[in-house]
Amino acid sequence: MEGLYSGETMGPMPVKFSIQQLSTFYGSVQALRSLSMDVATNRILGVIGPAGSGKTSFLRTLNRLNDLLPDFRVEGRVLLDGSDIYGPDTDPVLLRRRIGMVFAMPVPLPMSIYENLVYGPKLTGIRDYQRLGEIVEKSLRAAYLWDEVKDRLNLPALRLSGGQQQRLCLARTLALGPEVILLDEPSSGLDPISTARIEEALAELKSSYTIILVTNNTKQASRVADETAFFLMGELVEIGPTEKIFTAPGDSRTEDYVTGRFG
Amino acid sequence: MIRIGEKTVQRLLMAAAFSAIGGLLLIALFIFKEGLSFFIETGFRRFLFADVWDPQSGLYGIFPMLVASLWVTLGAMLLGAPLGISVAVFLVEFVPRSVMRVVKPTIELLAGIPSVVYGFIGVMVLAPFIRSTFGGPGLSLLAASFILGVMILPTIISISVDAITAVPASYREGSFALGATRWQTVRMVVLKAARSGIIASVILGMGRAVGETMAVIMVAGNAVKIPHSALDSVRTLTANIALEMGYATGRHREALFATGIVLFVVIMILNTAAGVMVRKRVSGKKG
Repeated sequence: MEGLYSGETMGPMPVKFSIQQLSTFYGSVQALRSLSMDVATNRILGVIGPAGSGKTSFLRTLNRLNDLLPDFRVEGRVLLDGSDIYGPDTDPVLLRRRIGMVFAMPVPLPMSIYENLVYGPKLTGIRDYQRLGEIVEKSLRAAYLWDEVKDRLNLPALRLSGGQQQRLCLARTLALGPEVILLDEPSSGLDPISTARIEEALAELKSSYTIILVTNNTKQASRVADETAFFLMGELVEIGPTEKIFTAPGDSRTEDYVTGRFG
Repeated sequence: MIRIGEKTVQRLLMAAAFSAIGGLLLIALFIFKEGLSFFIETGFRRFLFADVWDPQSGLYGIFPMLVASLWVTLGAMLLGAPLGISVAVFLVEFVPRSVMRVVKPTIELLAGIPSVVYGFIGVMVLAPFIRSTFGGPGLSLLAASFILGVMILPTIISISVDAITAVPASYREGSFALGATRWQTVRMVVLKAARSGIIASVILGMGRAVGETMAVIMVAGNAVKIPHSALDSVRTLTANIALEMGYATGRHREALFATGIVLFVVIMILNTAAGVMVRKRVSGKKG
C-alpha cells in the first residue's frame, strides 16, 4: 500500500478548489459554517467526521446538486480553477460534467450497463459508436469492472451485484471525462473485497483526477487519502496531510474522533 | 363479551364485502344470460362485422357502432394521452411541490363533474363551433372525441403523476450528476422508469372513454353509419344501448344485451392490462 502515499513525495500541487468562507443553509437550518480550505489538484482529499457533520452537504455544494432543493442557500465562494462556481457565468449543467459524483448508495439508471456508461458522453454530443465503445471500455477498465461485464454490456445495470453497481457508477462518472471526482461514502454498503477494489481504482485514478472522498470509515481515509479534513457540526476542525491528522492532530477533537473516542 | 363483539363486526364486514362482490357477479351473470344465446345463435361474425343495424327487419349488425366506438376512443386518446402526460410531467418536475399539492386535487375534482354537464357544454359550445368552422352537422365524431379527451384527463393525469412521483429521487440525482438538464433527465430517465404506470393510466383512460355514454349521446349525433370523416355523426355501442333499450323487446332486447357483453369484455381486457402494467411497475422496482 506504500504506493498510495507517493503523492507526498511530489512537490505542492496547484489548487483545484479554493473554498472561502462557505456557509450553506437548508431553509433556516445551517449545514456548513464558514468553511475555508484549498483542495490540491491530482490528490485525494479524504473528508471524515461523524454523521450530520456536513460532509455530504459539502460534496453536494461542490457540484451544485443542492441547487435542486428549493430552500437551499449558499454564502461565501467556491472557486474552481479560480472562477466562482456560484457566479453568474457558471452553468450548473456544464459544471456537473466537469465534476463527477458517485453516491453513497449505488444508483445505476434503470437501463443497460452500456446505456448507463454512454448516458453522460451522449449528453455532451458524442454520437460516434466507435468512440463511445472506446469510452465504455476505458472507463470500465479504470473502475476495475471490465473483465466482469465485458460480455454482457446489454444486461440491465440493476442486475449487477451491489459492489459491481458501485464500480459501474464510478465508471459512469469517469466516462464523462471529469476533472474532479466526488465520492460520497462509496463503500458504505459494500463488502471488504468490493471496497478494496474501489480503493485500488482510486489510487490509480488520482494521477489524472482530483478526488474528494467523503467517508464514514476513518481507516479508509488513512489508507487512500493524501490529505484529510475533519468536519464536526458543519465546521472544518482541521485539514492537513493524512499522516499528520492520524498521528499528530492539532486539535483534541480530531484526536478524539480518529482514535475512536467518540463519533 | 368483547370476543362476541369482535366476531359480529367481522361477520358484518364479511357480509358487506361479499354482497359487493356478489352484486358484481350477478350483474355479469345477468348480462351474459340475456345476451349470450343471441350471440351464439347469430354468430360472432354476423353480429360484430355485419354493417346493417335494422331491428325492424331483424338485422343486428353492430359493425358501424363498433367502428364508431373505436374511432371516438382513438380520437379521445390522441387528445387526452399526450396532454395528460404532459400535464403530469409538468406538475411533478417543473412546479414546486406546494403548487402540485393544490393543483392535483383540483384536477381530480374534474372527474366529479357529471358527464351530462360535459355533454351540455359540448352541445352548447363545441358542436356549434365545429359546425361553423369545419362544416358538417357539428354533432360528430370529432365533438365526441374532444369531449371524451377532456373527460379522461383527470384519470390520466392523476395516475401518471403518481407513477412519476414514485420514480426514486436517486435516479434524478444520478442523471443530474452526469450533466443532464432537467428535460433530458425527464425524457431519458424519469419517463422510462415511470413507463408502465403511465401506460396503465392511458389504458384506464381508454376504458373510461369506451364506456362513457351520456356525454357521447349528447354530442355524437347518433347516426348509425360507418363514419367517413371526423365530421360525420356517429353512434357508439354504449349510446346504442342507452338509446334503444326503452322500447326494445324480444330479439332486439337480446341484441342490446349482447352488445353489453362486447363492451363488458373490452373493458375487462383493458382493466386487466392496466392491472398487469401496475404490477409490473411494482415488481420492476425490486429487480
